[in-house]
Amino acid sequence: MQLQRSKWKAFYEGLIEWIIRICGISAVVFVFAIFIFVFWEGKGLLFSGNFSVWELLTSEKWDPTHEPASFGAARIILGTFSVAILAMTIAVPFSLGGAIFISEFCGARLKEILKVVIELLAAIPSVVWGFIGLTVMSIFIRDLGSNTGLSVLNGAIILALMSMPIILSISEDALKAVPDSYREAAIGLGVTRWQMVYRVLLPGAKKGLLAAVLLGMGRVVGETMAVLMATGHALNNPFDTNPPFFHALMEVKTLTATIASEMGEVERGGEHWQVLFLIGVLLFTITFAVNMTAHLVVHGVKRK
Amino acid sequence: MNNSQKFTATSFTRSKETREKWVRYLMFVVTLLMALPVILLISYLVHKALPVLSLEFITDIPRNQMSAGGIWPAVLGTIYLVALSLMVAAPVGVMAGVYLNEYAKDNWFTRLINLAVINLAGVPSIVHALFGLGAFVLFAGLGESVIAASLTLAVMTMPVVITSTREALSAVPMSFREASWNMGVSRWQTIRGVVLPNSVSGILTGVILEVSRAAGETAPIMITGATASLTFRQGETVYYLLGEKFMALSYHLYYFSTQWTPPRLLLDEGTGEMLPMTQAAIEHAEAIPYGTAVVLLGVVLLFNSLSIAFRYYLRTHRKW
Repeated sequence: MQLQRSKWKAFYEGLIEWIIRICGISAVVFVFAIFIFVFWEGKGLLFSGNFSVWELLTSEKWDPTHEPASFGAARIILGTFSVAILAMTIAVPFSLGGAIFISEFCGARLKEILKVVIELLAAIPSVVWGFIGLTVMSIFIRDLGSNTGLSVLNGAIILALMSMPIILSISEDALKAVPDSYREAAIGLGVTRWQMVYRVLLPGAKKGLLAAVLLGMGRVVGETMAVLMATGHALNNPFDTNPPFFHALMEVKTLTATIASEMGEVERGGEHWQVLFLIGVLLFTITFAVNMTAHLVVHGVKRK
Repeated sequence: MNNSQKFTATSFTRSKETREKWVRYLMFVVTLLMALPVILLISYLVHKALPVLSLEFITDIPRNQMSAGGIWPAVLGTIYLVALSLMVAAPVGVMAGVYLNEYAKDNWFTRLINLAVINLAGVPSIVHALFGLGAFVLFAGLGESVIAASLTLAVMTMPVVITSTREALSAVPMSFREASWNMGVSRWQTIRGVVLPNSVSGILTGVILEVSRAAGETAPIMITGATASLTFRQGETVYYLLGEKFMALSYHLYYFSTQWTPPRLLLDEGTGEMLPMTQAAIEHAEAIPYGTAVVLLGVVLLFNSLSIAFRYYLRTHRKW
């Protein structure tokens, strides 16, 4: 009888375990690789004399094809944040309300159905959302006085509809994470459900809810196809120092849409090409920061 | 029992209860307001797509400068993308999940990997596209091609597989592993013989979700090889070489709704003359993007429902 495993088997197992280890660190490798490759394509311009990061962030003059070119992305950044903030303003109340309803107010059966619906809504591809913005939503926005119907408002509504299911499901998880004994204690004191939600659950799940909003924000800033198709894509600054301070019906350009629409037309390796990669680095940095903040906010909860 | 013994609500309790009722309605309405408009919008899309929707629309090639015919090349391109990206994302993702759940110790390095998975899932799709362009198209020299686009999608969708694999593995009770180890079975044999068979359906739900994500993404493929301007001859078998540009449903929808304009004149097959498009032909052409959207939406929602059904089945048929 052979009690020792064959050498081949031991080797085979060692090999498999190494492959698993390598796959295990693949996520780390990819995150670094994404940063390095995107940075690499843009670094030529970054270190050349006629470019400054300050100009990219603050100058309003975006004219990358002109000679000499000017790379001021301030309007694009403002466009991105105008759409994102408006979208979050619409999405957050709805998704928090929905999360509270699903987790605290509805019966088990309805809860099941709603969760499935929400999950399916979250699965709708962004290009389909963009198409809806372009063809359906624009009809309504045109009635408000915009020529094409493509605007900050259109993009924001589409992004809000897109991000609501995500914010809702993360918020619902946060509410679920509040121990049931908190609920029982509150109900035992004779409060109504709403008072319990308002006084006990919301403060208790504060950090998780904040993380949900942050993650939604990260999604909204990084969304490409929907904004590309719904915001009209013209270089405007929707903010104004005079009343009404904010033009919701203006067409704007966003960081993501700029890359997506201009990448196909630029000369490979040219300055315009490189600045698009630098915008990619900027986007990566923004979403990285947002995701890390969200993670740290939740992590604090767990340690407590 | 007489009335005086019964608890009668004070005005305070009553107002509390009314408020409670209203809050309940409000929350319900808010929840409905999230779902209903979307359902209406989708019905509208289906309604607009009805003139073109048929099996032939899916299996036919585009004709008359894309103003008629179907979307088969785009459907096939999406199948290529999904299959190729799955071939990479599924094994690597599952093994990464196995590593994180079965091998990784609780130390800073594991936390780093977790952070990386979270961030990989959060990187904007267009940045993934730039990565694909830099790494696969240019650095690896694959050119703008199906294979470059599929690899880009694989990197992008891998977190979905990793996360669901981990969840599925951690649902297998520790005692299963301990029983196996006590028999003198090695770590890998335990994983292969005990842990994976008991979590395979959970892993599958993640893989199905990956399919749905990969089928719907547009940004990562639009600069790594998708095109809309391929033409096919009547009766030609449509296929793509791995190094070739390709058509895909999601990009097709983008192209059709933003860049495409119906041709002014069309070659009449019978007379050989160039004739303006008829009103009916124009209407048909205008319905094509709606049809494409509905097909894409159908594919994605089908796979998602499959995944949900699978999970539901799992929950009701758990063996332990």
